[in-house]
Amino acid sequence: MAVTPRASVRRVVWRRSERTVPAPLAAEPQPQELLAGEEPFEIAPNDPLVAYLQAASGAIDLTRLDLDSPALQEMRAAGITLAIPLIANGELVGILNVGPRLSDQDYSADDHRLLEQLAAHAAPAVRVGQLVREQQVEIQARGRMEQELAVARLIQQNFLPKELPDLPGWQLAALYRPARAVGGDFYDVIELPEGRLGLVIGDVTDKGVPAAMVMAATRSVLRASAARLHEPGAVLARVNDSVCPDIPENMFVTCFYAVLDPASGALRYANAGHNVPLLHTPSGPAELRATGMPLGLMPGMSYEEKETVIDAGTTVLLYSDGLVEAHDARREMYGSARTASVLAGAPASSQSVIDELIAGLDRFADPAAEQEDDITLLVLRRRGDGALADFKLQSAPGNEREAMSRVAAAVDGIGLSPERIERLKTATAEATMNAMEHGNRYDPDLYVSIAVRSDGRRVSVSIVDHGGDRDMPMAPVPDIEEKLAGRQSPRGWGLFLIKSMVDAMHQESDGSRHTVVLEMTLEGGSDDADKP
Amino acid sequence: MTQTSLEALTRQADDTLVVELRGDIDGDAREALGAAYDVAGPGVPVLLDFGGVGYINSTGIAVIVGVLARARADARPVSAMGLSAHYREIFEVTRLSDFLTILPPTDEPGAAT
Repeated sequence: MAVTPRASVRRVVWRRSERTVPAPLAAEPQPQELLAGEEPFEIAPNDPLVAYLQAASGAIDLTRLDLDSPALQEMRAAGITLAIPLIANGELVGILNVGPRLSDQDYSADDHRLLEQLAAHAAPAVRVGQLVREQQVEIQARGRMEQELAVARLIQQNFLPKELPDLPGWQLAALYRPARAVGGDFYDVIELPEGRLGLVIGDVTDKGVPAAMVMAATRSVLRASAARLHEPGAVLARVNDSVCPDIPENMFVTCFYAVLDPASGALRYANAGHNVPLLHTPSGPAELRATGMPLGLMPGMSYEEKETVIDAGTTVLLYSDGLVEAHDARREMYGSARTASVLAGAPASSQSVIDELIAGLDRFADPAAEQEDDITLLVLRRRGDGALADFKLQSAPGNEREAMSRVAAAVDGIGLSPERIERLKTATAEATMNAMEHGNRYDPDLYVSIAVRSDGRRVSVSIVDHGGDRDMPMAPVPDIEEKLAGRQSPRGWGLFLIKSMVDAMHQESDGSRHTVVLEMTLEGGSDDADKP
Repeated sequence: MTQTSLEALTRQADDTLVVELRGDIDGDAREALGAAYDVAGPGVPVLLDFGGVGYINSTGIAVIVGVLARARADARPVSAMGLSAHYREIFEVTRLSDFLTILPPTDEPGAAT
């Protein structure tokens, strides 16, 4: 920069530091500063003149300066005779360049003092101007980065499932917590023919918009392949071949893909280099290990396929690096051992697995550090088998009410709609009344035994009395018209009511005990039959 | 387990006998329901208000059938209100609803609109 009264003007471009972006400075010349035909020239930061000026205490006569400096040559050639450093806060922030006096005389000592005073005032002002300019540039750059992050996040969220399907006998829960610099985590749950379910978790290396776009593409190809090729290994191979040609170099995608048959619990899976899923089964911890290279490295890869059965009471955890690689203040990693131990605590539901993992992670992680990587969790749990309730009731009128409320409590939350729970309650009360009245003849020494069981697909209530040595009650279908006409007893509604309320009912006698079993299919909490 | 034996409170509304029922309707409800029914004579319509009833079992159905049989003989139209969705379903499955009129919730006297 140059200012001078009564002298020719040259614009000198000098980069004060690397942080100063030169382009804006050079691109905004004030018209009155540049005379036609004069181009600005640059002073290299390591030019000896810079150091000389930094150390100088006042104006420097360039005509008398002996320094091996290209800048000095250029400045002399441009006609600059006097250079007054602008120093602010001990730092050289600019140079006040002055050409020869128009009168051709030397600059006097008074002239020097005037120029030095001018410099002393100008230097801080110049520095402030530079800082403002730098800040503006930085805000612009940060704004662009924030925008890129926002775009990446938008892409990513658009390609994550909006809701998880309801699976009777199973629980699904997921968590996606992106890092600030959005990474390439993704997960998916794909509804396949014949009631099967595809489960996906994956991670694209790198961050930002490129990673998000690769993630979106991978997910889409995977969905399309899954619909056609049901075998997980074949799906990953197809996705790999599709992704390889276009994926940026040094970028790859880890991905675990499994197909679940909820009816049988069979799970077929393949893994392209993703974190090994962890299991907690009733008989202990397990893993789903299958070998395979990450996607996007080389076409023509094949992926090992394995199969297992997910038994009742088993929890499956799919997770991304963000969980196990999170570290605490001592740089120790959360790790898969810690993760497995949370699972081993056998949380009651898929959602509580997630809640406990995240709570544990938040307690563990270095509070000063920002979350570095996306955290993705996908938890699948097959509901527990076996007894939900087992109890005995004395044969006394009114005790069927207790049977009703205990059965209702036992089936709470397992997947029956409120309407169907009411029906099961009514059926239970009727069957219990029959057991007490007809089976046990209201003998207070005889009990009715009631057990509630679920296999994840169906809940059954069995009611046992001591009337096994008699014929089983087989009431004729009640005919209300006959009853109203007095030709049939007004009673006899019990068995009919039971059969109308439940999905299936059977009874058997073994000579001493008589058992009635009531069954209701679990429907995941909603009942279309109840909708108007 | 608490059982609440049936209370049947009667009042006259226009030309109808309104029977407000509170408690359980099982075999023990016969006396209370029968007495309430008898408050009015032949030809007088009966409105059974089940709003205060928490439990109806098969023996209770039998009691209601008994009342309906008498009402038929007495030419007294019977209607019902205040039934929960579950008990409305039971009335339908047993065809009780063919022999009394179940008032839709919005038609119940004093129902909020």
